[in-house]
Amino acid sequence: MPIPDMPLLEMRGISKSFPGVKALNDVNIALYAGKVTALIGENGAGKSTLVKILTGIYSCDEGEIHVDGAPVAFANAQDAIDVGVTAIHQETVLFDELSVAENIFIGHAPKSRLGLVNWKAVNARALALLHSLESNIDPRIRLKDLSIAQRHLVAIARALSVDARIVIMDEPTAALSRKEVDDLFQIVKRLKAQGKAILFISHKFDEVYEIADHYAVFRDGKAVGSGELAGVEQNEIVKLMVGRSVEHAFPKVDIALGTTVFAVENYTHPTEFRDISFELRKGEIFGIYGLVGAGRSEICQSFFGITQPSSGKLKLDGKEITVRSPGEAINAGIVYVPEERGRHGAVLQLPIYQNVSLPSLARTSRSGFLNAAEEFALARKYAERFDLRAAALSVPVGTLSGGNQQKVVIGKWLATQPKILILDEPTKGIDIGSKAAVHAFISELAGEGLSIIMVSSELPEIMGMSDRVLVMREGLSAGIFERDSLSAETLVRAATGNASV
Amino acid sequence: MIKQIFRYREILLVIIIAILLAVFSTRAPGFARPGNLSNIFNDTSILIILALGQMTVILTKSIDLSVAANVAFTGMAVGMLNASYPDLPLALIVLVALAIGAILGALNGLFVWKLKIPSIVVTLGTLTIYRGMAFVLSGGAWVNAHQMSEPFLQTPRQLFLGLPVLGWIAIIIVAVMYLVMSRTFLGRAIYASGGNPTAAVYAGIDVGRTRFFAFVISGTLAGLCGYLWVSRYAVAYVDIAAGFELDSVAACVIGGISTLGGIGSVAGAVLGALFLGVIKNALPVINISPFSQMAISGGVIIAAVIFNARQERRRGRIILRDRGASEQIEVAA
Repeated sequence: MPIPDMPLLEMRGISKSFPGVKALNDVNIALYAGKVTALIGENGAGKSTLVKILTGIYSCDEGEIHVDGAPVAFANAQDAIDVGVTAIHQETVLFDELSVAENIFIGHAPKSRLGLVNWKAVNARALALLHSLESNIDPRIRLKDLSIAQRHLVAIARALSVDARIVIMDEPTAALSRKEVDDLFQIVKRLKAQGKAILFISHKFDEVYEIADHYAVFRDGKAVGSGELAGVEQNEIVKLMVGRSVEHAFPKVDIALGTTVFAVENYTHPTEFRDISFELRKGEIFGIYGLVGAGRSEICQSFFGITQPSSGKLKLDGKEITVRSPGEAINAGIVYVPEERGRHGAVLQLPIYQNVSLPSLARTSRSGFLNAAEEFALARKYAERFDLRAAALSVPVGTLSGGNQQKVVIGKWLATQPKILILDEPTKGIDIGSKAAVHAFISELAGEGLSIIMVSSELPEIMGMSDRVLVMREGLSAGIFERDSLSAETLVRAATGNASV
Repeated sequence: MIKQIFRYREILLVIIIAILLAVFSTRAPGFARPGNLSNIFNDTSILIILALGQMTVILTKSIDLSVAANVAFTGMAVGMLNASYPDLPLALIVLVALAIGAILGALNGLFVWKLKIPSIVVTLGTLTIYRGMAFVLSGGAWVNAHQMSEPFLQTPRQLFLGLPVLGWIAIIIVAVMYLVMSRTFLGRAIYASGGNPTAAVYAGIDVGRTRFFAFVISGTLAGLCGYLWVSRYAVAYVDIAAGFELDSVAACVIGGISTLGGIGSVAGAVLGALFLGVIKNALPVINISPFSQMAISGGVIIAAVIFNARQERRRGRIILRDRGASEQIEVAA
């Protein structure tokens, strides 16, 4: 028996920097055999970086990892596996067309003496593993014939097939129904009973309280609190998680709000969201907050014509409109700056000026013929406004630095002269300094009379920038909050659906 | 300086073609004489036109394998039309050729656009269907030179400023395609749809519709080539231009048009076609057997693909800091 107070795995003084961002700063965390430790923090708090260090994908700049009290070093993922660390990721990577046993043992299948795969041993060991999880899935059937929950079980079996002692579960419940979550928790309890140390990452407080023994809270790359969960109020954890004064850090200018320009009435999508209604006024910054998967991006994409609602109305300047394609949205004055600005933003092979003019071509071209002079004028205007650094406006966007690519992408949307600007996670993956610049810029646009819808997972950003906030939970509206009544506690409570706080 | 040249495929190709001409003319005196060069260009005209059509399709991340079958069907149709109604004006026959080609191209485009079937599958199917239609239409019979009218046969052969009309038609098509690709909304949409389809959708471009029009352009040009082919070789039968779709793809690949879409130019496609034209005309002159010719062409195509792949890696990388991209960069580092 291990001594209860002796952690199975301990990370001490871990730091990790990426260019421009200190992702982890002198972090300590301990995992105990037979215990579940919940890792809690906002997006960007450093949870994923920690997981990657723990699984050997990143190496840390500073700090030590101890297993059973002895220091270890992970040069690569295999080193971590050899020590007994295994991770079950948010979106499990499995192969639909392979059998359950093949999925479990892919990459490390037992071999026969000739070096061929020993299928008998593969199937037998898979069966034994699944039995240890008290499941009776046949290891020979194909993965595509399994339910989501069963697939999760296979993913867990795969994680355990390497004799893991330390199991990391990175938001394993994100895609599961309540029933499936219950099943998963049964498995977690069994793993606990087997003496494994579990690191459980989740946004959902009710789940954390249900399953975890210890907690560790991260904020901005620092460990701000940890200990035994029993006896700790949820309020205290929420405070630890967001605890910073948000008001003065944001350059939000109070603008006298104008008339209603955009109204959404009972907007409903077959699967993603239901019955969403709100009004957007001129010069307003309207925040949409919620957990990942709450339907925030989906509703914004439907305003932009990427997906179609099944019912509900959109009104622009009091007139009812239907948006069947992004082209129609742009013409109506609605633009959407997607979250993944890299993948969805620029056409890298095309020159800067052609990227800037791309969504505005319907306006600048005459009966199908382009107007190069007008395109250049447009590009020059926004290049100057954003201080774009490029040799010429005719060089391909792919040759620019990341920051300058970003400027081109934002410039191209503003060049359409929108009335309504939808920003999806405008500062995701940007370092603190640039964030402030983006926030100042958003405020400036609102000041010019643009109406802005801003989707964000970051509480300080939502609270600091928004005039009003719509909180979404599982595709439904969980309330609209006025700026005066915004508090981290109310927003988190509405988003996680825990009314007991 | 050298690097600059390598960066521009078009300049590189011009140099290579010039070197080839110089080398060949040492072995076969007179190879580089203007008269012979005009012959080579005239000989390559049809390939140039087809390559331009293929280029528009490849730029949108698709491929049109049915162009040669389109040539065969349209060629047969206009050949039979001319044989049956020798008094029809040539302009009308050319219009019919363009229309038939456009319809066949539109069919490909509709399958790709509306049914979202991969273009390689669609055009592999229509390749067989269109050639089969040529057989059904003709019953396997040939249309021979003596059945064709004088204007039908002779017009493309008329010399104008030392170059046959066929060559001039190619030049006009090159000019038109240059305008379409660089000066029209459609041209820009074609580049954007292939370069980054998701970004194109977000910018309000209908990627499916753009692909459709690319197929219509390819089909229309193939239809034109149907007439030009039958007139040039003075015969129409089911198997004309067999395998020529691969030549059109090869010309594009050699010309630096990325098979992944979004990269390529009209000049590249034209020079790629000319390169193949020079090789095809030169090898028999210096006594290299047709079988070695095929091997040489194949080798050149593979070399061009390797070259393209290396260039694409250099050109344009997503360095915006979104999650996926930054992780990739970090893992790679």
